[in-house]
Amino acid sequence: MELSPFYQELFVSLNRGLVMSIALIVPSAVGGVLIGIVAGAIRTYGNRYLKTIADCYAAVFRGTPLVIQLFVLYFGLPNIGIYLTPYVAAVLGFTFCSGAYQSEYVRGALLSIKSGQYLGGQALGFTTFQTIVWIIIPQAVRRAIHGCGNEIIYLIKYSSLAFIVTCIELTGEGKTIATEYFRFTEVFGIIGLYYLGLVSLAIIILKKIEQRLFIPGFGHH
Amino acid sequence: MTEKMVILRVNNLSKSFGDSTILNSVSIELAKGEIKVLIGPSGGGKSTLLQCINCLVVPDAGEIELDNARIQFTRKQDIYRLRQQVGMIFQDFNLFDHLTALDNITIALRKVKKMPKKEAEKRARLELEQVGLGDKETLYPAQLSGGQKQRVAIARALAMDPKILLLDEPTSALDPTLIGEVISVIKGLAVKGMTMIMATHQISLIYNLADEILFMENGRIVEQGPPAALLAAGNKSKSQGFCDRLNELSEVEG
Repeated sequence: MELSPFYQELFVSLNRGLVMSIALIVPSAVGGVLIGIVAGAIRTYGNRYLKTIADCYAAVFRGTPLVIQLFVLYFGLPNIGIYLTPYVAAVLGFTFCSGAYQSEYVRGALLSIKSGQYLGGQALGFTTFQTIVWIIIPQAVRRAIHGCGNEIIYLIKYSSLAFIVTCIELTGEGKTIATEYFRFTEVFGIIGLYYLGLVSLAIIILKKIEQRLFIPGFGHH
Repeated sequence: MTEKMVILRVNNLSKSFGDSTILNSVSIELAKGEIKVLIGPSGGGKSTLLQCINCLVVPDAGEIELDNARIQFTRKQDIYRLRQQVGMIFQDFNLFDHLTALDNITIALRKVKKMPKKEAEKRARLELEQVGLGDKETLYPAQLSGGQKQRVAIARALAMDPKILLLDEPTSALDPTLIGEVISVIKGLAVKGMTMIMATHQISLIYNLADEILFMENGRIVEQGPPAALLAAGNKSKSQGFCDRLNELSEVEG
């Protein structure tokens, strides 16, 4: 069966957009988790100055719309001589935004670890840093994974905002075709299915990670 | 008694939290191989004293000397070294929930003592055998009973080759049917000559193991002496009264 020119063009564009979306999502998700762990740990255990800096970071990026953050990165920074490509601006914006939310999940998980775990490490002669790295974080990761996964799923969907800083990904490609052919329902319906596919894939991967990390006593009994 | 080798000296240790004084100038001298038992009402400062001795709670004032070396509370290196040499057993075990019984023991050997993995595992297996849990090394804390958890905790502390073991009510969180297995491990340690300070309400540990009883009340040691003297028939000591009450309780339970 031969597809009509509209659908041929649509799928070529959407597949190109999908590749760009994945190129935006993967580094942003990884970077977001890493920043989230560091910022979350600092917000929980850091000294007063570091804690204030990390708290401000989380407050700013959780407290302002992502669109505004992207506008500042892409359209604002050139005023002070920093020129970012659309792709870099989008990845940076997503990473910082995601990291701010992740830090809150990580902080909650760190705070949920019983103080006895910390005491047990200290009593054996662990330094504070060793206790956090070897005892607290491995447990906190297992408590944070559900929240962090949720944030990654959310990130997959807000990656569609990249097109407003002219980084043409799935939504941007689709919008071009939709405007050209004036067929919004089909185009955005199909884009929706693409995102549904991406999110389903992410859910499967997260489930696998969860199973790998499973330890009796964490999560279900 | 003059030739006994003092391993730990605690002089005039004090600790307050806000307005309440939890420890009020407490002094203890512990000789190698000696077992001191702390008894007394809850809130008397037994736990805080034990936690101060290995600086889990940093004392406000006083001195701690281990093997004639004074511990500077402001020097982290001093505190880490002290803790490596003074093992601690907690009432609620504090096993690392994300590690198997074996890894609970090896992690400190590897990270603190920098022992190679193979050697650490060999040592850990030996210690698990000693507490009768050789077949449980792959189980996680959530899969162990309370008595088994406490025995793993003891094995973990012993693997560090501590000079002294501090035990903070090691059997208080246990089901009565599980207390026996932990008591027999502790008695085994006593036979091997382990130096210990133990807070306990377990009458058999008090009678059978204590070289000296320290009765703590309101942050002070108000009575001390060998059980034979303090608990002698007709003695009107506080320790005697306290142990009588523990005895009555165990008769009611038994």
